[in-house]
Amino acid sequence: MTGKNTIAEEFQEAPPRVSEWRRFWRVFLQRRIVIFGMVVLLILVIIAIFANFLAPYDPYRGEMEDSLQQPNSTYWLGTDIQGRDTLSRLIFGTRTALMVGFVTVGIAAVIGVTLGLIAGYFGGIPSMIIMRIMDALMGFPMLILAMLFAAVLGGGIQNVIIALSIATLPAYARVMNGLTLSIRENDYIMAEQAMGSSNIRIMLGHILPNAIPPTIVLITLQLGGIIMAEAALSFLGIGIKPPGAAWGAMVNDGYRYLSQNPVLSFAPGIAIMLVVFAFNMVGDGLRDALDPRLRGIL
Amino acid sequence: MTAYIIRRLLIAIIILFIVTLIVFFSIRLLPGDPLVIFLGQQATQGGVSTAELDRLREEYGLNDPIMVQYGNWIWGILHGDLGKSIYYHEDVGILMGERFPITLHLGLLAFIINIVIGVLMGLAAAIRRGTWIDAVTTTLANVGICIPVFWLAILMIYFFGLQLGWLPIYGYTSPFKDFWLNTQQVIMPVFCMAITMMATTARLARSSMLEVTRQDYIRTAWSKGLRERSVIMRHALKNGLIPVITLLGIGLGMVFAGSVLVETIFAIPGIGRLLVTSIFAQDYVVIQSGTLVIAMIIILSNLLVDISYGWLDPRIRFG
Repeated sequence: MTGKNTIAEEFQEAPPRVSEWRRFWRVFLQRRIVIFGMVVLLILVIIAIFANFLAPYDPYRGEMEDSLQQPNSTYWLGTDIQGRDTLSRLIFGTRTALMVGFVTVGIAAVIGVTLGLIAGYFGGIPSMIIMRIMDALMGFPMLILAMLFAAVLGGGIQNVIIALSIATLPAYARVMNGLTLSIRENDYIMAEQAMGSSNIRIMLGHILPNAIPPTIVLITLQLGGIIMAEAALSFLGIGIKPPGAAWGAMVNDGYRYLSQNPVLSFAPGIAIMLVVFAFNMVGDGLRDALDPRLRGIL
Repeated sequence: MTAYIIRRLLIAIIILFIVTLIVFFSIRLLPGDPLVIFLGQQATQGGVSTAELDRLREEYGLNDPIMVQYGNWIWGILHGDLGKSIYYHEDVGILMGERFPITLHLGLLAFIINIVIGVLMGLAAAIRRGTWIDAVTTTLANVGICIPVFWLAILMIYFFGLQLGWLPIYGYTSPFKDFWLNTQQVIMPVFCMAITMMATTARLARSSMLEVTRQDYIRTAWSKGLRERSVIMRHALKNGLIPVITLLGIGLGMVFAGSVLVETIFAIPGIGRLLVTSIFAQDYVVIQSGTLVIAMIIILSNLLVDISYGWLDPRIRFG
């Protein structure tokens, strides 16, 4: 990177230097809604980490005599049929949602980016095989593909993560493939090749760093979708298994007692909306700050 | 153009082949014998003898080598035979044939609403950029994307069904039998199915219209002294809506994904509900053929989208 800068400075008049970081923060924090999303995410991460301390009651065990209470001063959001505190389950659900989200994007991004990099760099037969498989995976609606794998693997947090990772990794592979194809055309890549650098070195040292900003944007935008899909799976009963606290499952549990205590269903839905909204807004902000050209692509 | 179509067609066939592999072999990953799992549930009630089990296994061809099973399955599908459901004791083709029109009915209505409202919202936001119209529609679209479909369904059931009593909260009656009842029954499901699509369409239409209105030829149109209506309708709209066509393919996927949730909640006997029921019944034949048919429909419609894209935008055809 430093080598490239000095050459650029020699040949053209340097523009007034603005730190990249400062420029990034200025654009990123320009829109109030992005700041809102950021703050919401920070709060949720804190809630997820300190769930044990924040939850007023045990999310998995309740008092049967307190079953289906309306929101009151003891139970701020009421209780479910088993007398479990809704607020506590909501707080632990944050942990489930964020964990599924972050672990899934981690797995999907690493595998997807690697596949896309290989396909884009080598082209030919590897590209043909990898990209057609990705196309095939993209032929399924994400939820239905995740349902298929969750059904085969049998639910539970670990299997939901695997199912969602498989369902979302084609997006990374496709974006990475496109990026690699365009980055590969740069002169500095040809220079590296002429100097005899190994393929691995060029891929990891030169192409990958240039592809990181769009990947970060994609990851952020995908997080909302993944959390939504996990909620949908848990709602259908093929996701997180009871008594695990998952927002989607909570909506379904509350559905049966809708006329007695609608808060049971309503509250977790609002939590889902808030998380997805926050991730989408931060993703939009990151996209504008990191690379405005990605508008309409990501 | 012909070469472009043939190339696209060949790729689609290859993708479809890979889809069959994914569906078939992921189902075969199922730990244990699918038939035993299914019969295990029945055995607790009635009891199934080993001889009976062997007979069934033979009937479903589960004793054959896995490649032969795959071959038989593909052979059957190519001849229009999707297999026989273990749970319903009926041909999957017939099961899907009964349910498909219902999903299609809901999906089509959702789609029309999506296109009309979504495009209009995006258009209005783009033309009146920076005004309150833009602010309101953009906010609505951003919120609409985040609403969990299943949660919205329950919310609507609570308010319009239980509290106000305006609409029936579940069921589906054929529109040919009772059109009025049917209309009442489909309002909520259709709206729930359409919401995510609508928000996506609005966002896409807005950004693509903004892109187009920055072009030189639009400035030329303005400086010629054309009226706003003719600049927008005759010049900007044609190019601005090309990316929206992509949504035809994506929207179809959303319809199926939405049908899984919406049909389950509103107890509508469509494809989505069939799939969920089969997953719980461990009916691998229906899961296998059902997901395949859905993927097939989506891939073929993407093919049509690609072709129409190439037709509308020659840069893609020769790219």
